[in-house]
Amino acid sequence: MKETEKKNNTIWKRLTRHRLFLPIVCLLVVLLINVIKTPDFFSISINNGVLYGYLIDIINRASELVILAVGMTLVTAASGGQDISVGAVMAVSGAVCCQILSGGQVSTNQFQNPLILAVLAALIASVLCGAFNGILVANLHIQPMVATLILFTAGRGIAQLVTKGQITYVRVDAYKVFGGYIGSCPIPTPIFIAIFIVILMTLALKKTALGLYIESVGINGTASRLVGLNSTMIKFLTYIICGLLSGAAGIVASSRIYSADANNIGLNMEMDAILAVALGGNVLGGGKFSLAGSIIGAYTIQALTTTLYAMNVSSDQLPVYKAVVVVIIVVLQSPVFQKYVKSRKVKKEAIRMLEEGK
Amino acid sequence: MGQEIVLSMKKIGKIFPGVKALENVDFTLRKGEIHALMGENGAGKSTLIKVLTGVYDMDEGEIKLDGNAKPIVNHSPQEAQKNGISTVYQEVNLCPNLTVAENLFIGREPQKYGLIDWKTMNRKSEELLKSLDIEVDPSILLQKCSIAIQQMIAIARAVDMKSHVLILDEPTSSLDDGEVEKLFTLMKKIRAEGTGIIFVTHFLEQVYAVCDRITVLRNGQLVGEYEVKSLPRVMLVAKMMGKDFDDMADIKSDHQEKVDRKSVPVVEAKDLAHTGTIKPFHFDIRKGEVIGLTGLLGSGRSELVRTIYGADKPDQGKLKINGREVKINMPLDAMKQGMAYLPEDRKTEGILTDLSVRENIIIALQAKRGMLHPMRRKEMEEAADRYMDLLQIKAASRETPIKSLSGGNQQKVIIGRWLLTNPEFLILDEPTRGIDIGTKTEIQKLVLNLADEGMAIVFISSEVEEMLRTCSRMAVLRDGQKVGELSGNELTQETIMMTIAGGESSK
Amino acid sequence: MKKKRVNSSTFLLLITIGLFILMYAAGMIIFKEKGFAKPQMFLNLFISNAGLIVIGCGMTLVMITGGIDISVGSVTALVCMLSAYAMENKGMSAFSAVGISLLIGLAYGAVQGALVAYLEIQPFIVTLAGMFFGRGMTAVVSTEMISIKNELFLKWANAKIYLPIGTYNKKGIFQQAYLYPTVIIALVVVLLITIMLKFTNFGRKLYAVGGNRQSALMMGINVRKTIFLAYLLDGFLAGLGGFLFCLNSCAGFVEQAKGIEMDAISSAVIGGTLLSGGVGTVIGTLFGVLIKGTIASLITTQGTLSSWWVRITLSALLCFFIVLQAVIAGAKRKK
Repeated sequence: MKETEKKNNTIWKRLTRHRLFLPIVCLLVVLLINVIKTPDFFSISINNGVLYGYLIDIINRASELVILAVGMTLVTAASGGQDISVGAVMAVSGAVCCQILSGGQVSTNQFQNPLILAVLAALIASVLCGAFNGILVANLHIQPMVATLILFTAGRGIAQLVTKGQITYVRVDAYKVFGGYIGSCPIPTPIFIAIFIVILMTLALKKTALGLYIESVGINGTASRLVGLNSTMIKFLTYIICGLLSGAAGIVASSRIYSADANNIGLNMEMDAILAVALGGNVLGGGKFSLAGSIIGAYTIQALTTTLYAMNVSSDQLPVYKAVVVVIIVVLQSPVFQKYVKSRKVKKEAIRMLEEGK
Repeated sequence: MGQEIVLSMKKIGKIFPGVKALENVDFTLRKGEIHALMGENGAGKSTLIKVLTGVYDMDEGEIKLDGNAKPIVNHSPQEAQKNGISTVYQEVNLCPNLTVAENLFIGREPQKYGLIDWKTMNRKSEELLKSLDIEVDPSILLQKCSIAIQQMIAIARAVDMKSHVLILDEPTSSLDDGEVEKLFTLMKKIRAEGTGIIFVTHFLEQVYAVCDRITVLRNGQLVGEYEVKSLPRVMLVAKMMGKDFDDMADIKSDHQEKVDRKSVPVVEAKDLAHTGTIKPFHFDIRKGEVIGLTGLLGSGRSELVRTIYGADKPDQGKLKINGREVKINMPLDAMKQGMAYLPEDRKTEGILTDLSVRENIIIALQAKRGMLHPMRRKEMEEAADRYMDLLQIKAASRETPIKSLSGGNQQKVIIGRWLLTNPEFLILDEPTRGIDIGTKTEIQKLVLNLADEGMAIVFISSEVEEMLRTCSRMAVLRDGQKVGELSGNELTQETIMMTIAGGESSK
Repeated sequence: MKKKRVNSSTFLLLITIGLFILMYAAGMIIFKEKGFAKPQMFLNLFISNAGLIVIGCGMTLVMITGGIDISVGSVTALVCMLSAYAMENKGMSAFSAVGISLLIGLAYGAVQGALVAYLEIQPFIVTLAGMFFGRGMTAVVSTEMISIKNELFLKWANAKIYLPIGTYNKKGIFQQAYLYPTVIIALVVVLLITIMLKFTNFGRKLYAVGGNRQSALMMGINVRKTIFLAYLLDGFLAGLGGFLFCLNSCAGFVEQAKGIEMDAISSAVIGGTLLSGGVGTVIGTLFGVLIKGTIASLITTQGTLSSWWVRITLSALLCFFIVLQAVIAGAKRKK
């Protein structure tokens, strides 16, 4: 009897100490609230050859956020700061893409230029934005939040200039694919794109030493340099990746509404992305990171948003609830709270040890 | 002199997850005495101090001050200070963005009509600094001062607050001999005024120079409290290590120098320099040789090796590895040429705190191999196990974050990191700083063994004795310049001191 | 060893002031026809930015401690909306509106301060949540715009204070320059905060905590209390600044003051405050606000450029100052 008790103890301990424990619990709590509010929350049906259901909706709409969260995680880990320009870069990417597809017109019914060209140009533009951020942070050692503040303020202005101050529409079925469906596949494309990017990045981090390098640089840049790592290059690389991923997210977002709305694409998404990273258990000050955590965080936030819409909360009022939930979760993850919980555990163990000692 | 007890700690207990840091420890400090607190790494000295000053909460025991019957509990450094306990830590705990005067008086600034009186503050600071022979302008920002001066300002602050108990936690690590003397004069002055001083240190000579009593801890427990005048050095070390040890033994006597003077140097530097830190110097080292670099604080010892290693990119000069000229612009270049560098400050330049022991050990080798050639898990685990065994690194497992290890064990991990890269040329900058005697000796023995196997080693240390035990040649630096080289019969403490001071003309 | 060097933070401040003088002078020369050289133009800088100046002071305080507050914009919006609601929908007096504004500011400061100081949560996240909360609550109060028609309030809003300077207009009539009480309040705040930072124990503690938190703790400073009070004061000033803003706009609506937090941060950075903490002055922030105002005036006066250029120019300027701070810090490190 005691043997199994001990075994249960260690399994439970290992479970709760695992760094994904809290993020998963948060997600489950949100899903639970959803199910209580909406009994048919988990039901999935197929209408018109396409999957429907709250769950599908969440996973679909979270795609851009997942993509952003991946980039944000790497940036946070390596440089200890956040890239708040990701929303603006999404806008820039969408603007470039649509503008090229429409050949400069306000609205178009067919591609004025090849899709490949437009997508590539958009991604290059977003990589350039990432490079700009990267130079400021990695080479000039400027704090990430300050450095990315520049594109945060200027990015949408630039996007506006690209679209000449108007919303550019691309009313072509082929363009709606990214945000919609591929042919007769019932699963929305953004989900595939998100999964693809996550797998790609995970491979890149594990099959090379990049993951270790990022953590090392994030923990101690000086020490990393002395062991032969190029801290500057690694940080720069994370910003490029973040820019690229923001660009991809921007194309998906723009494709959903088959237009480039410089004011609204990616609006407030930088905040959501940062939240996803924080909810994922990642330290915002850099160092060790968990992509899985951030991804779980992203879905948690999207689930929360969907819940609130279903409860007839207007989009303007949505932020209140997000704020409250965020505060609760972040308080639970806060070092002081964790210390308090730990100290109670330690006191119990101390008493036990002293008893054994006697 | 000091029979009255000013501080009494009894049966102190403190537990961290998995470790009994302190168990049933007693400590007594009398008025007007300088009391050394000593012990190897992991002995519990730091923990005891942190419990006293409120950084940690103790799990058991009680603390009484000034003979009061009621025990006190400090919950924070601020509370400790209010109770009359001041601390000067090893890391300079001052604010770089404030002026010297502010750092001296923050929290108790002289005021006029409710507002800070800067003039008076500056004047009082000047008086205080003068009385302690510290030459610095009180109105300049602290960050403009050298580390040594910053350290002394920290001490000046504690002195000015006239505490009953003054704790000095390894204050002399960054000071040179002259500054240490000044500190001792100061400590004696304070002692005469009745303050009790707790002096936490590794330096035996300093203990015997200035302390009245010694308390020895070992593995979290009290070994004993002794009077300095009745405890020979040998016995003290024995108590600390729990075994017999002759600290004056010359390990080197077994060591035969196997250096082939006619071979091509492993590393040869000509006119290498880095603007602002080290003037052009010549340097060469052969297989199996151990060269020491010595000089006063700020003389350029670390800067010299950093320039060779590429940590500071050289602005001029040539570098040859095994006779071939190479360009080294950054650490990776040096590593590829078979160099390894153990930095002076392991906290800021060595350990990767949240990474595991394993990751800390393999990181240099991984960097050498390149991002696209990651080491396999098994290889990493084997390497980690190998060096944990070889260097006797005490850690719960190879996956433990390095930050939970004691200072000495952390240092061993960093040494293991570099040994794993199989270097031809190893630079050790203060490898034994902040480490207990037992580990120190292990490292010195290791250095000699590696040299026997053909490694060329540069050994930098502030303890001349330590270098005399391991080095066959010594380079002397002064004011950012290499001023001399000593070998053979010249290797005596006297000659070295004279060379440092400037008896010889620069070469 | 006892060299007299220009302190690098003084250096940055001088650049900021110099830049402002340069820009304003350029405007005076280029746009003389359009009335840029009128003293009123200069005073308008203060009038339209009085709220931002006060908010900027608060922002500077938390930035000195090494933190940040991105909720100030939403505090402003909430204050305006609640004041408008209280006065128009609930018939409360203008004085009550002042009280409400300050209370909201204090509440924000207290909650955010507690989370940052005592629970040690990152300021960015805490104030991000605060921003979300504020924006959302503004919409909860009312999704429609509420115009303020309260007599006393409008009296305050329109109370011109005339100055003994001015210009002659085309008809030869002397037009006196004027400003509003909001400007006086803003300048008084700047003065008081400057005195506090330089001459009070609390002010120096802010710098100490921002310079090296560990050291400040070891020196016996109650770091948590200091940070908490910084956010409390910042919240109070955000509430006050919000009310001044309200006197300007005389309305409450959901989209109000969007982006003002970034204006405040930009002003502080341009004014020489380091985001890393330990360095900064409210005089610098004041000039940062004036620069932002000048850019806006220049572009409005020019007339043809779209208003997005204000954002872009401000960002370029921010970029310049950020790079400058970085270069100086880099040069310092090399020594």
